[in-house]
Amino acid sequence: MAYDKFTILRSTAVPMPAENVDTDQIIPARFLKATERTGFGDNLFRDWRYNNDDSPKADFVLNNPTYRGQILVGGKNFGSGSSREHAAWAIYDYGFRCVVSSFFADIFKGNALNIGILPVQVSPEFLARIFAAIEADPTTELEVNLPEQTITLLATGNSELFAINGYKKNNLINGYDDIDYLLSMKHEIEEFADTRPF
Amino acid sequence: MSTPKTLFDKVWDAHVIRHVDDGPDVFFIDRHFIHEVTSPVAFLGLEGRNAPVMFSERTYATADHNTPTLNQHLPVADPLSANQLAALQRNATRYNISHWGLGHQKNGIVHVVGPENGITLPGMTIVCGDSHTSTHGAFGAIAFGIGTSEVEMVLATQCIMQPKPQKMRISVNGTLGKGVLPKDVALYIISQISASGATGYFVEYAGDVFRNMSMEGRMTVCNMSIEMGARGGMVAPDQTALNYLNGRDLAPKGEAWDKLVPYWETLKPDEGATFARDLTFDAATIEPQITYGTNPGMGTGVTKQIPLGVSMKDGGASYQKSLQYMGFAENETMIGKPIDFVFLGSCTNGRIEDFRAFASIVKGRQKADNVTAWLVPGSHIVEAQIKAEGILDILMEAGFELRQPGCSACLAMNDDKVPAGKYAVSTSNRNFEGRQGPGARTLLASPLVAAAAAVTGVVTDPRQLM
Ligand code: SF4
Repeated sequence: MAYDKFTILRSTAVPMPAENVDTDQIIPARFLKATERTGFGDNLFRDWRYNNDDSPKADFVLNNPTYRGQILVGGKNFGSGSSREHAAWAIYDYGFRCVVSSFFADIFKGNALNIGILPVQVSPEFLARIFAAIEADPTTELEVNLPEQTITLLATGNSELFAINGYKKNNLINGYDDIDYLLSMKHEIEEFADTRPF
Repeated sequence: MSTPKTLFDKVWDAHVIRHVDDGPDVFFIDRHFIHEVTSPVAFLGLEGRNAPVMFSERTYATADHNTPTLNQHLPVADPLSANQLAALQRNATRYNISHWGLGHQKNGIVHVVGPENGITLPGMTIVCGDSHTSTHGAFGAIAFGIGTSEVEMVLATQCIMQPKPQKMRISVNGTLGKGVLPKDVALYIISQISASGATGYFVEYAGDVFRNMSMEGRMTVCNMSIEMGARGGMVAPDQTALNYLNGRDLAPKGEAWDKLVPYWETLKPDEGATFARDLTFDAATIEPQITYGTNPGMGTGVTKQIPLGVSMKDGGASYQKSLQYMGFAENETMIGKPIDFVFLGSCTNGRIEDFRAFASIVKGRQKADNVTAWLVPGSHIVEAQIKAEGILDILMEAGFELRQPGCSACLAMNDDKVPAGKYAVSTSNRNFEGRQGPGARTLLASPLVAAAAAVTGVVTDPRQLM
């Protein structure tokens, strides 16, 4: 699925310090019934965001106009649980391009990268610093520089390097996806398949 | 001599077509399962690229995630679910993929029907857009859940791009006590290492307990690997695994089977193979388990108290919020807590052995009046076996009814939803907030613990009823 290229993102951020945010919270199963990929942003964090009568819950961060931006900052073990890529779609569709946490669940991380969201894993200390900075000033900006692999709190210049696999980095910067790559080696795959015993 | 390999290394390395520099491996997939929820968008993508399915005979489709568990012969009432089921049927037909839709005699939960029909074999790589694909690891396959982009990738190229996970071994030695089932082993391990304790790893299970375990039990444990954060888990294939598969409908037959046996016999760790993490547990310390919180790591022995937050690694605000959601408090005893629902089913515990265990407790007793019970077989084959073995009679005499196969209350996409605030003892795999319906409170447990709760109406130690 094509997505926008990612190089340098400068934005305010939305803080969500809860730990173990699982994909059932990001997008509850009952919203997985679509056969298309659009519109999931409306149901992002549905049950945290809305009351049963569909009125917004005032105390939930996405309903608080103070916090805006293309970066979502989450607590440890973000994206655990089900493999539903819908969770990543919902985050992307809502308008986030980057999720920051001190730890990501594996499948979520893979799904995010596959659809053009950059998961940035920072140290627990740096994560705490980001949360503190946003709390002190919700207009504080972060800069995520993918080519340099840095994340910076612009107000203080505080910065940290993050890791990303070189292949995925290249894909994100160029807006490529894995299928483009795999289709280019079709012949090799077919030959390999012939060697399988089952 | 080359470096000794683990079981995981052997199977992984045999499927790498190419190493990408500073990138993932191009990884070949032997078998691919699809279902109605995570495949439609993948097919849309395929259509958008104008790409064919590369090897349609390597993919199998079954409808399970949002199918009703009553009146399956009638049209599906929910238009959105019906739409997804129709899309699966349409895509399967268009791309020439085997499709076991609603009502098909092979229909059932994807991770139940794969092994039961002999599609799953040792040494395979298996993926599906469902995280509990790890179930198939019980046979010595590398099996894991993937996202929809990857479903599209496998359809188009039979490959995915994967970095190789780290290796972890979990050994459980000794003999399991009375009333302790494979589900308890899994919940116990997760409670010890936490719901993220194996993130980044692929687990190999070793030790007497797994060697002596049935295939159904191994599937339960491998299924729950994902709940400790692991990508998957596997058990070295042995005679128990081969006996289970031999003669199954789609398993290789005769000479084809015989030719594979020598290869399968090599599927065990080499002497001296090392793991990045190597954990050992003692079977004797495991008692029947139950969860009290909102992730599968928040579990304890059924006779125990809810731990104090301060004693937990993640004991802070999240812990308190979780207990609050459950309506529990630190230090409370689990035994005696009233419950409202019991769910026996899912790809974790929806197999014949699970129904046998459940029936062993409810036999000669009556369902508690305050309990609504959903007993959902994992497949039509399991359903038929329940009837053939006389288990259905036992269940009915005890006041239970049997529903039709599907994922059901495991993820509550159909009508089987636990109402807000109600307590459900469930044999499924996830107790996340709202997993079994908005506001639902889930206590994960084994079929024995579920049965004990179903006949007493409260959390009960099943050993008291054995
Ligand atoms: S039973 Fe639950 S975990 Fe298993 S395949 Fe169905 S939804 Fe997934």
